[in-house]
Amino acid sequence: MKQRSGLGTWVGFALILVWCLLPVVWIISLSFKPVAETTVGSPQFLPKTWTIQNYKDILDNPDFQHALLNSFGIALISTALAVVFAMFCAYAIARLEFRGKRLVLSLALAIAMFPVVALVGPLFDLWRSIGLFNTWPGLIIPYMSFTLPLAIWTLSAFFREIPWEMEQAAQVDGATSWQAFRKVIVPLAAPGVFTAAILTFFFAWNEFVLAISLTSTTASRTVPAQLSYFVGPDPFNPPYSQLATASVIVTIPVIIIVLLFQRRIVAGLTSGAVKG
Amino acid sequence: MTTATAARPVTARRTTDRSAAESRLATKLVAPAVILMLLVTAYPMLQALYLSLFRYRLTTPGEREFVGLNNYTTALTDSLFWNDLFNTVVIMVVSVAVELVIGFAFAMVMHKIIFGRGVMRTSILIPYGIITVVSAFAWQFAFSLNNGFVNGWLSWLPWISPDTNWFGSHWPAMFAIIASEIWKTTPFMSLLLLAGLSQVSEDMLEAAQVDGATWFQRLYKVILPNMRAAIMVAVLFRALDAFRIFDNIFVMTKGAQKTESSSFLTYRQVIEQFQLGMGSALSVLLFLSVLILAFGIVKLFRVDLAQARGES
Repeated sequence: MKQRSGLGTWVGFALILVWCLLPVVWIISLSFKPVAETTVGSPQFLPKTWTIQNYKDILDNPDFQHALLNSFGIALISTALAVVFAMFCAYAIARLEFRGKRLVLSLALAIAMFPVVALVGPLFDLWRSIGLFNTWPGLIIPYMSFTLPLAIWTLSAFFREIPWEMEQAAQVDGATSWQAFRKVIVPLAAPGVFTAAILTFFFAWNEFVLAISLTSTTASRTVPAQLSYFVGPDPFNPPYSQLATASVIVTIPVIIIVLLFQRRIVAGLTSGAVKG
Repeated sequence: MTTATAARPVTARRTTDRSAAESRLATKLVAPAVILMLLVTAYPMLQALYLSLFRYRLTTPGEREFVGLNNYTTALTDSLFWNDLFNTVVIMVVSVAVELVIGFAFAMVMHKIIFGRGVMRTSILIPYGIITVVSAFAWQFAFSLNNGFVNGWLSWLPWISPDTNWFGSHWPAMFAIIASEIWKTTPFMSLLLLAGLSQVSEDMLEAAQVDGATWFQRLYKVILPNMRAAIMVAVLFRALDAFRIFDNIFVMTKGAQKTESSSFLTYRQVIEQFQLGMGSALSVLLFLSVLILAFGIVKLFRVDLAQARGES
């Protein structure tokens, strides 16, 4: 099958690029349009006049600054904690014999498929009564729980591929078991852990239902939630060019991560799912 | 089948002592993750089951009136419930079907690409990584009557007028929502399918070609049967994911023109109207729908899922 790429393949390649990038280019174009141009009926794709005023406005907006800080803080903390818990769990699944292994995997599977909205009511009620409503931990705890399944699968699929015999071999050569683990296993496991962390971060960065349900002020509202409340002075004419600008800014971290780690992300997304 | 035991050193002789110690260690390692997952899912689910039997409004806390199955009968006799469930199913079926076809075509192209794999992977991951709220804004504006490019670009089609108001009526609005959903997740589908495709044996394909099989015969007789597990996993995940659609609708229509999904209805009852009892009943119904759906898909493909993903 893998002869040279024919003309059809190159046409397909171009189509895929257009598919993936068109809306992104559109939103970048919007972000450089003056506010007036997006409210008077100007369907053209590129701006008539280019401006960076939107970027100045958005970066000066205190609500947006708060949201950005909340998003980074909440996503990073959830990611760090979820990956640690997932690592323990995935290690046990890949390496140890114990009863209920299948049960743990099935539980994780069930949770990955769970309709998040179904939990919003009880969580809303509970969070309000124990004081977690509209706080960082109020979002971090559910984000950890919902990213654990994906992280556990990615990691356990990854850990299974690690040649654990090497640990024993290092011990035979005189290393202590801790040294063997640290010098041999940790470097081998690091890429997998890293991949799980990226996927977890994407989830927390993206999450919307809980972000609007369990927060009420800019104290804990993350960027997706803040964007949906971003109407400006006239509710019938939201400042779309500014919204687009905010969107471009929150997409930049994603694009950087993707550019740097595309190979690992693809491996992570597909390893748990297809290789099993 | 490389089970966990196969990876263990063969020299380690297993005594009962040893396996008991191993089992204790495993419990300690697994417990935190399991407790966390249960805390945020099992407890609220049971709580929802309980609260669904009450008339319970958060605006008047402390006043819970036991109403039995009333919330369920009210929901199930409300046309809004069925309208929203119908919308959800339409969105799910159309998205998954279109994504499967386009995603497969993408996967075939990506499989053949030799140069530019990095560029390809990077661009294909951008829709996956971009925030759904952001992509929904982009599409909402692209479809908007006076300011979007869609009307301008599509007006050469005989059935699309250049002043189509996409968000002015039900089906056009649903179309815009589904388009944004398909745009965002087709690349993800194509990655899963690509992984399946790359495991189809090249030898078998060559043998088929030597035997004179046409392109279509190779597709139907060799490629697709060998990708069954990959296709099932992709369909299952995307179907359940599409079934809980919320973000796009919240941003693009706020549920106007009867474009609400089941998730949206549940959200509105709980968060906007503080009807915790009714909202809980809807949560339970939503959960049951997802269970039935998942079970149906797994049965349809006749694959043992836990085996396909975890144990093998």
